[in-house]
Amino acid sequence: MKPVRVVEGRAVPLERSDVDTDQIIPSDWLKRVERTGFGRGLFSEWRDDPDFALNRPDYVGASVLIAGPRFGIGSSREHAVWALMDYGFEAVVAPSFGDIFVNNSSKQGLVIVVLTVSDVDELTELIKVDSSRLVVVDVDRQVVEVPEAGFQRRFEIDPMTRERLLNGWDDISLTLLREPAIEAFEATEEAPDLEGIFDDAGHVR
Amino acid sequence: MPAARTLFEKIWDEHAIEAPGAQTLLYIDLHLVHEVTSPQAFESLRLNGRGVRRPERTLATADHNVPTDPISTPVSDPVSRRQLEALEENCQEFGITVFPRGHENQGIVHVIGPELGVTQPGMTIVCGDSHTSTHGAFGALAFGIGTSEVEHVLATQTLPQQKAKSMAVTLEGSVRPGVSAKDIALAIVSHLGTGGGAGHVIEYRGAAIRELTMEGRMTVCNMSIEAGARAGLVAVDDSTIEYLRSRPSVPKGDEFESTAKRWRTFVSDDDAAFDAEIVMRSEDIVPSITWGTNPAQVVSLDGVIPSPDEFVDPDARSTTERSLAYMGLTPGTPVRSIPLDVVFIGSCTNSRIEDLRVAASLARGRHVADGVRALVVPGSHRVKRQAETEGLDRDFLDAGFEWREPGCSMCLGMNPDQLGPEMRCASTSNRNFEGRQGRGGRTHLVSPAVAAASAIMGRFASPEELA
Repeated sequence: MKPVRVVEGRAVPLERSDVDTDQIIPSDWLKRVERTGFGRGLFSEWRDDPDFALNRPDYVGASVLIAGPRFGIGSSREHAVWALMDYGFEAVVAPSFGDIFVNNSSKQGLVIVVLTVSDVDELTELIKVDSSRLVVVDVDRQVVEVPEAGFQRRFEIDPMTRERLLNGWDDISLTLLREPAIEAFEATEEAPDLEGIFDDAGHVR
Repeated sequence: MPAARTLFEKIWDEHAIEAPGAQTLLYIDLHLVHEVTSPQAFESLRLNGRGVRRPERTLATADHNVPTDPISTPVSDPVSRRQLEALEENCQEFGITVFPRGHENQGIVHVIGPELGVTQPGMTIVCGDSHTSTHGAFGALAFGIGTSEVEHVLATQTLPQQKAKSMAVTLEGSVRPGVSAKDIALAIVSHLGTGGGAGHVIEYRGAAIRELTMEGRMTVCNMSIEAGARAGLVAVDDSTIEYLRSRPSVPKGDEFESTAKRWRTFVSDDDAAFDAEIVMRSEDIVPSITWGTNPAQVVSLDGVIPSPDEFVDPDARSTTERSLAYMGLTPGTPVRSIPLDVVFIGSCTNSRIEDLRVAASLARGRHVADGVRALVVPGSHRVKRQAETEGLDRDFLDAGFEWREPGCSMCLGMNPDQLGPEMRCASTSNRNFEGRQGRGGRTHLVSPAVAAASAIMGRFASPEELA
């Protein structure tokens, strides 16, 4: 994963709550075996509506998405994160998120920013008044800013996710460094495995 | 004396390899894999020259994408076909047992784990699917993960995890007759809201949970994620042990008894403290449906469609307006008067043999209403064979229901079983999100009993209404 220190760009307010991952990327798109090209499917069931935020010319090219409470609930599909990033989003700001979505985002370098409902509302209004305003999400300093409007809020991020974002570390390499501990654990692990239960064709022996 | 621990803490402690910083490296006992969330993970393993660390702790099945037409019919969608082939190729390459379409053990991943007995108490179980919470019914810590985490588990058999908080949801007393596990699940999701369980592992407790069969407990745990909780748990008891006793993957004879003794330790200690405690009165739970576009929007079968005016919170009000518009519903409409186009009985929530028995008993000697398409999709080939042995397939077919091959089917509309725009469906599945069952489709979540009765009446109905 690429290191992420600061996300800087224009923002688009979605102004919807409970946006689930089926809405972010409908299941029709999940048949693909590739990891790229999902941007075209982002919010695809809403994209026919000319009034939908992403269709407005002044929001084209935005890199920060602002959403309502409980963004990314539902299905575990990481395709939702791939779609947001492939479309060009690098950070999502909302009052709360689905747990699995947050995990998936951290693996791909999509920055998750939790602000209070009133702060998200204030940020939304600032962008609606002037969509050209620059939004800055600083992972290092843990602040989100609209410099031109004097808006600055601190956000929380767990220290490990912050380190991984800043350094672009991928989890598997980090875990493989702990191989001796995994081996020691496996030597004492009691849970049964599937050895001997199924034959080569998958039938119960 | 050691401190009292919750069931969740016991499983967590037993699987914590080491805890550096804020995250714990957790050992994963069982990794379930399906075709949709795995191909990119396998591809990445190949690109990085990595293998699967413990193929014997990994089990794969085709489910999300498979057509439910007769097995002899080829998969017509080339993109789906490619994904199903990729699962078989990947499993062969990495030495993983796989049940492809039509295999005697194939079925929905959360149905086959328990029925084969590979889901066992005290285990950590993950799968690239949010309804992995289902397996928590066995006192196993089971949760859904994304594709990067799938790759991580394939490569290392571990996951770095932040420890969740614990929540007890206690159902005091017994439910009234005619109230199903699905009604309990809907009541809990409605009570907690779609985000109420976020950051928590829920343990379901109380008489109404104890009195459920294992299949009923699976239905309740299945919908934990609909309340925002990644995992749901039920403590091990006699029902757990008896369900597992004759399953193919559990030890036999004396070894089973000694294993069962160990399983019985997977309960919360009497004095264990939870981070959050919710208490609900079971007698208040009634047969219900969802009316909106998130699973917390629940109304009694005897009720009417709610009005935005009932909500004070502006966010809830606008969500209600939006949901009503999408669902094509008018506030004040009696639920039982709403006509249906489709009835779907299936999914990892309600496609097991007990679900099919309930539905078939109502279908027997009756007929699906004119203009209604009713599908029954068993959760697995094992469920399908059992149902056919009992003659349930005849009950359904004679009543005008379709009797189809196993898979996830219309729960998420990845295969050809989809709703058309504005088609209204009573579905025993778990999500009523916009477009979930097909673009523009309108989903109402219901129990198998309500689904079957509604198919016959052509509108929402309960079994008591059937002549």
